Amino acid sequence: MRNILLGGLTLALFAGAAQACETVTLGDLSIGHAWSRATIGEGRPAVFYVEITNAGAADDALTGIATPAATMPMLHETVVTDGVASMPHAMSVPVLAGQTTELASGGYHGMLMGLTSALKEGDSFPVTLTFAKAGAVTVNVEVLSLRAEGPECDDAN
Amino acid sequence: MTRIPLLRKILWGMVVLAAIGAVVVQLRQPAPRVEAAFRPEFSLADAAGKIRTNAEFRGRYLLVFFGFTNCPDVCPTTLAEVAQVMEGLQTQAAKVQPLFISVDPERDRRLGLTEFTAAFHPSILGLAGDDAATRAAADSFKIFFEREPDAAAPDGFTMSHSPRLYLIGPEGDWLRQYDYGTPATEILADLKSRL
Ligand SMILES: [Cu+2]
Repeated sequence: MRNILLGGLTLALFAGAAQACETVTLGDLSIGHAWSRATIGEGRPAVFYVEITNAGAADDALTGIATPAATMPMLHETVVTDGVASMPHAMSVPVLAGQTTELASGGYHGMLMGLTSALKEGDSFPVTLTFAKAGAVTVNVEVLSLRAEGPECDDAN
Repeated sequence: MTRIPLLRKILWGMVVLAAIGAVVVQLRQPAPRVEAAFRPEFSLADAAGKIRTNAEFRGRYLLVFFGFTNCPDVCPTTLAEVAQVMEGLQTQAAKVQPLFISVDPERDRRLGLTEFTAAFHPSILGLAGDDAATRAAADSFKIFFEREPDAAAPDGFTMSHSPRLYLIGPEGDWLRQYDYGTPATEILADLKSRL
């Protein structure tokens, strides 16, 4: 009885939680925590972060992203070498078996160049992720504040 | 007879290349760990075009970040931390001036400097000088930045830059750096111990 009550409560909380906390599955992959930062105008590139868990036994790789929000979305990796940061284009992001791969601040990220319009806090937009093996899946990306460090989700991952 | 001048040219060419190589290697060196005190200097225009220099901030601590506003990954993360630090300082906030020095000044002036810094914290002062003044400021802080051609990037180039935060003391001395990713709470605690 208690469990049912708790379950109901969790469900209610989840329904009220941010979109970025939704998880989408594609085969062995589960994709969640998809978020972006608000931009000032559409002249500057935006960023795309996401978490991908590969519960399967085989490695996969994120090979591309597409979105109506930007004319030139690309995968980037921020690298700091000898105290100098740059963000070269990444051909693909490894999504290793049994691991959670993060596109996160200071590492791999989606770089959304050529925004069709400015991203405002509270907005959301779709991004389609293409994997070498699993195929393609579309997630909803929540736009958080420019100061945000990530979505606050109740799950433990 | 014609062979000797040619050989000479080649040799001189090699000397010049070696010299350039040495300079590039030097520029690539990471910023110094705590060494002999030095006083970084700058003379850079703010968003209104007024020249601001290190001298006017005597008596206050400076928290300095070199970045560019077209940087959606590293720069917002660090500036968000600066904002948290400024909020955490509360009544002592007036003793610390955060500076955002653009390494991409021409584009940043065009895109708007103030709306960018204000989105993080109203206390952050954005500076964007001309190319020579920007290079001089970076040299003075002993940091590296570079404009790299990249056909796939907006405007055809990307910037590489030092993602660290630098702390300058009330006398103008370089005190320390905070590496990229240092939590705001750690920076705040360090600053509070000095104020
Ligand atoms: Cu990038």
